[in-house]
Amino acid sequence: MTSFLTGLGPIYPEIIIAIGAMALLMYGVFRPETDANAEATGWLGVLVLATAAMTVALDPPAPASLFEGAFVSDRFTDFAKLLVIAGSAFALMLSFDYFRRVKSLKFEYPVLVLLATVGMLIMVSANDLITLYLGLELQSLALYVLAAFRRDNVKSSEAGLKYFVLGALSSGMLLYGASLIYGYTGSTNFTAIAAVAQGKAAAESLGLIIGLVFLLVGIAFKISAVPFHMWTPDVYEGAPTPVTALFAAAPKIAALALLVRTMHGAFPGLGPQWQQVITLLAIASMLLGAVAAIGQTNIKRLMAYSSIGHVGYALVGLAPNSPEGMQSVLIYLAIYLVMTLGVFAVIVSLHRKEGQVVEIADLAGLSKTNLPLAFALFILLFSLAGIPPLAGFFAKFYVFAAAIKAGLYPLAIIGVLSSVIGAYYYLRVVKVMFFDEAKDKLLPVPRVPGMIVVAASVFVIFFAVFAGPVVDAAAAAAKVFKF
Amino acid sequence: MIYLAIVFLPLAGALIAGFFGRLIGPRPAEIVTTGFLIVAAVLSWVVFVRVGFGHETARVPVMRWITSGDLDVSWVLRIDTLTAVMLVVVTTVSSLVHLYSIGYMHEDEHRQRFFSYLSLFTFAMLMLVTSDNLLQMFFGWEGVGLASYLLIGFWYKKPEANAAAIKAFVVNRVGDFGFALGIFGLFFVFKTINLDPLFTAAPSAVGKTFNFVGYEVDILTTLALLLFMGAMGKSAQFLLHTWLPDAMEGPTPVSALIHAATMVTAGVFMVARLSPIFELAPTALQFVTFIGALTAFFAATVGLVQNDIKRVIAYSTCSQLGYMFVACGIGAYTAGIFHLFTHAFFKALLFLGAGSVIHAMHHEQDMRNMGGLAPKIRITYAMMLIGTLALTGVGIPHVAGFAGFHSKDAIIEAAYAAHTPNNYAFWTLVAAALMTSFYSWRLIFMTFHGKSRAEPEVIKHAHESPPVMLIPLGVLAVGAVLAGIVFSRYFIGHDYQAFWGKSIFEGPNNHILHDMHNVPGWVGWAPFAAMATGFVIAYVYYIAAPWLPAATARAFRPLYLFLLNKWYFDELYNWLFVKPAFWLGRFLWKKGDGAVIDATIDGTAAGVGWMTGKAMRLQTGYVYHYAFAMMLGVAALVTYFMFQGGGVQ
Amino acid sequence: MALTAVFFYIFAVLAVVSGAMVIIAKNPVHAVLFLILAFFNAAGLFVLLGAEFLAMLLVIVYVGAVAVLFLFVVMMLDVDFAELKAGFIKNAPVGLLVGGTVLAELVALFMARGFGAGIAKAPAAVMPTAASGISNTEALGRILYTKYAFFFQGAGLILLVAMVGAIVLTLRQREGVKRQSVPVQNARDPATAIEIVKVPTGSAVVPSAEAQR
Repeated sequence: MTSFLTGLGPIYPEIIIAIGAMALLMYGVFRPETDANAEATGWLGVLVLATAAMTVALDPPAPASLFEGAFVSDRFTDFAKLLVIAGSAFALMLSFDYFRRVKSLKFEYPVLVLLATVGMLIMVSANDLITLYLGLELQSLALYVLAAFRRDNVKSSEAGLKYFVLGALSSGMLLYGASLIYGYTGSTNFTAIAAVAQGKAAAESLGLIIGLVFLLVGIAFKISAVPFHMWTPDVYEGAPTPVTALFAAAPKIAALALLVRTMHGAFPGLGPQWQQVITLLAIASMLLGAVAAIGQTNIKRLMAYSSIGHVGYALVGLAPNSPEGMQSVLIYLAIYLVMTLGVFAVIVSLHRKEGQVVEIADLAGLSKTNLPLAFALFILLFSLAGIPPLAGFFAKFYVFAAAIKAGLYPLAIIGVLSSVIGAYYYLRVVKVMFFDEAKDKLLPVPRVPGMIVVAASVFVIFFAVFAGPVVDAAAAAAKVFKF
Repeated sequence: MIYLAIVFLPLAGALIAGFFGRLIGPRPAEIVTTGFLIVAAVLSWVVFVRVGFGHETARVPVMRWITSGDLDVSWVLRIDTLTAVMLVVVTTVSSLVHLYSIGYMHEDEHRQRFFSYLSLFTFAMLMLVTSDNLLQMFFGWEGVGLASYLLIGFWYKKPEANAAAIKAFVVNRVGDFGFALGIFGLFFVFKTINLDPLFTAAPSAVGKTFNFVGYEVDILTTLALLLFMGAMGKSAQFLLHTWLPDAMEGPTPVSALIHAATMVTAGVFMVARLSPIFELAPTALQFVTFIGALTAFFAATVGLVQNDIKRVIAYSTCSQLGYMFVACGIGAYTAGIFHLFTHAFFKALLFLGAGSVIHAMHHEQDMRNMGGLAPKIRITYAMMLIGTLALTGVGIPHVAGFAGFHSKDAIIEAAYAAHTPNNYAFWTLVAAALMTSFYSWRLIFMTFHGKSRAEPEVIKHAHESPPVMLIPLGVLAVGAVLAGIVFSRYFIGHDYQAFWGKSIFEGPNNHILHDMHNVPGWVGWAPFAAMATGFVIAYVYYIAAPWLPAATARAFRPLYLFLLNKWYFDELYNWLFVKPAFWLGRFLWKKGDGAVIDATIDGTAAGVGWMTGKAMRLQTGYVYHYAFAMMLGVAALVTYFMFQGGGVQ
Repeated sequence: MALTAVFFYIFAVLAVVSGAMVIIAKNPVHAVLFLILAFFNAAGLFVLLGAEFLAMLLVIVYVGAVAVLFLFVVMMLDVDFAELKAGFIKNAPVGLLVGGTVLAELVALFMARGFGAGIAKAPAAVMPTAASGISNTEALGRILYTKYAFFFQGAGLILLVAMVGAIVLTLRQREGVKRQSVPVQNARDPATAIEIVKVPTGSAVVPSAEAQR
């Protein structure tokens, strides 16, 4: 029994969160339905996530695999899992005040967040097509429900439904690709697939490549890479803001980690093929993210396009298929996570007596009514735009440097160009905040989101100072893969 | 330590006067900068003695500068005889000019700024002459250019001064472009820009060629010519000389320091410093000789008819620089440097003397409004006379004379010994010497002799300058008299090899310094005769028969106008470069900037806006549209791989 | 074996055709019925593969539960299919074009390059034959709780999410709905149930607020 339990070491985080979710479910069901109890459930959920994060952090660095190779754990998964758990935990913390204000505070919310997080962690650790699919579905299903969490709100319901229908379509494609891959390689295990799918034979096996393409399409949907991004703006806009924050943070990281693991774990032999797909997705995402964002008036839609663009930049780091590229992707994700959570912490806090504020025009004159908040948003948006010396600049710098080192000049040039275009819409928000006529005062920023905003701003401003540990950890994580 | 002090004292002075000038007031600023410079000058003479006669050379590392790939540049002070000579010239003249300026500029409100610029210039010039690599030299080169710009335009409220400053800067850019190209080229060929490795490596490149648009071009010749292009700009040689006369718009001490003694000689210094490279490129040297001779002649002709007292001296400077380049071109680098050395004294003396005259005449510079000043300002007159005697090279052939006699006549003899085609160098230089004599004496006669043509009011108030201005004149006069006699033995006489050590390189077939002592006797007399003739003509024209100049001008009107208008160079350049540049600028502004760039930027913005509209229109909100978009993506990817055949490796 | 092949093609063709009919059928009830037909054919294919347990599962779960649920929903919701169809007809050509292109490409690819294309496949696990005495169901059971325990538990979590989600999105605690509470009924005694009111002569009886509820 002991040996069985210790043998499960690498999967402890998932087990802890899953059991925690079930325990919270019981706790919530058998307690009176009050806001206070729901919030208590939420904080317990945060505690569960924190415990899981500690387990991840204490995970021995040596690579380990479980369940006949279906589940792996190494420095890379540790890095990604920490980011995912952090994203979930902070998004969860953002939710309490928001849901209390819109009178939808329920104990099921943290339970679903925890279950979604389990799904993401499984995705990160997936080393088998079945694991991949299970993790993806567990995560997605929970997220569909979360998107529709304000069930009396038409937009929220619509968002959930759209996400669900399109997600089902993408799952179908992913499964089709997985079945093709299984058919051509005779295995679902990544290691076994990698052993078979290499050399000239694999490169000439179009069936396998088409399978790979469909698999990529399924994952691309989850990271909302263009042209599989169409759901993103609608869902981001419709979903409750804390849910949008979660969408923008944790699942993106999990799905990108999954993408990395699948491509490197299962298809190192088809590098040139998937690199092309990734390059195309990256270019399309960067350009569309930059161009389409300009016309937005809703700040959540704006952030949707922003996240599309940022996924494009992260893919730029993946395209070279090099250690530097891998490291740059991980650094990018870490920085992106902080920036996004910071911005959403601001958005969550934007309330008036009439309700939530989501239009950019409503931010007019924010600098006059709430200067600290305006300044924090200014810093975070500049960082998203990639303006030095803020963290976002370093994130972009590392990926472009990796692309240039690999000789992918067009990719880097398009990236820089779209950054320039993209900077415009971030600046527009700043302009509205600082130079337009002030509107009515906003309600004061609640404590928890306020603290997250401060923390994120500090990180973004001083990233250059303490970049070392992040960069080192990313480098160590990138070493897991052979190139 | 002593070397560092020489170089950095002026910088310290510049910084103090520049940043704290307002705080400490003008007088302390003057004292600090001048004091520092005098200390530097004294130290320089110590160094000169130690290096020149003690044969003590040194490399003083200051700091590591740039390391990038093959490029490894450290900031090192290179101290050898050549540097020591330049140190002496620069610091001596600079300290005297500082001192002089205390008197000359005492009415100006912005004296601190002026002294700060002067010291800054001195620092840059010292950087230039102590450079151990070409980057350092280029730094100094641009530094003096900047300081010169600031100083010429010191009276920035005067439009002419501004224009002159800009002109000097722009014309120098042309030369500097060549210099920079030369440095790049040297780095490209030899992978280093440090002087010693360059000199060691240079012989290996002899005779090598590279292909330039179908022609086989000699590498070393090309590089030497590019470098010389820089020298032409800085030293105001023919074609790039136009800035120098205009630069006279600056305060007179500036003219003495920058446009007589130091900055304009940087080109000569550079050629001498890079003698190991130039020696290996005979074609380039011929070009140097030709340009030098042409400049000497051309500037002298223009000097004949100028009426502005400072412009006359400016053209004279131009002409004398031509002499120095001829010396370098024929391999007599030491003679060139010797002339540089003596010229610094007497030309600075002339400029400062002219300044004294101008000071006395309340900033009147036109000689037609002067005359008969000798009794009013006796000391200045005496000093100007000494300067003129030195410039025209008065002396007894084969015995001794004023400073200019030793150095200029040596160059003329060397030019004869060099056997240029038809002895053109020799004959042009002799002709230039004649004209030099003429315009120098013309200046003296028009200014100090004859009837006064000035306003009676001005004449009445004409006064001698204060001692603070006269002392520098005296010191320079001593130099103008004695520098030739005392140093000619070491600079160009039989001790020259011991004196210069390794600082000047002479090719194995270069015996010019030996040959020039063995020229026929009449060659020594030729410049003397030219000088004497010039004096006589000037005397006839301006003392004996004052109506003659006007009559001559009438008789040879086209020639007169041609000279008066400086061979129409300004007009030519105006027509050739300035107007097209303005036209091009206007064209680019109106058509290029307006029609192309603005339109491109606006168009890009509009294009992005258009795409934004499209992207938003695609976002219809219908699930089946979204699903369709995904299917399109899949179809595109599948099609892509089908046509790629998958077999991409 | 020839018989197997015949049945394979029958099932396969019927599955594809009924799949197409699900989309094309005008009447939504017909569409669901075609879906059920497609499930049956898929179950038939499983039987041909020797996976009778999966075939039965498909019939019981999908046909018996899921499809019937669909049928209920379709019948209960009065969806105006004519309106939806209008959009369908309008967009059908473009959709057909793209779908057809992808299909044609895939077919062309697999025709041209074959299916195996020279990759050495990973050795697959051996299927238990009838001779080994292990039935299909038993074989599944043997690995489902051992080798695939992780997947099994993961799938369980997914179902848990589905359940929680369904409740969260649909369960409503309506205000003003009278519910029977047995403990409350049992706890009633005369003291709480009745109120004695002294009625003065000549006045009306006004029930207290408590009694009115």
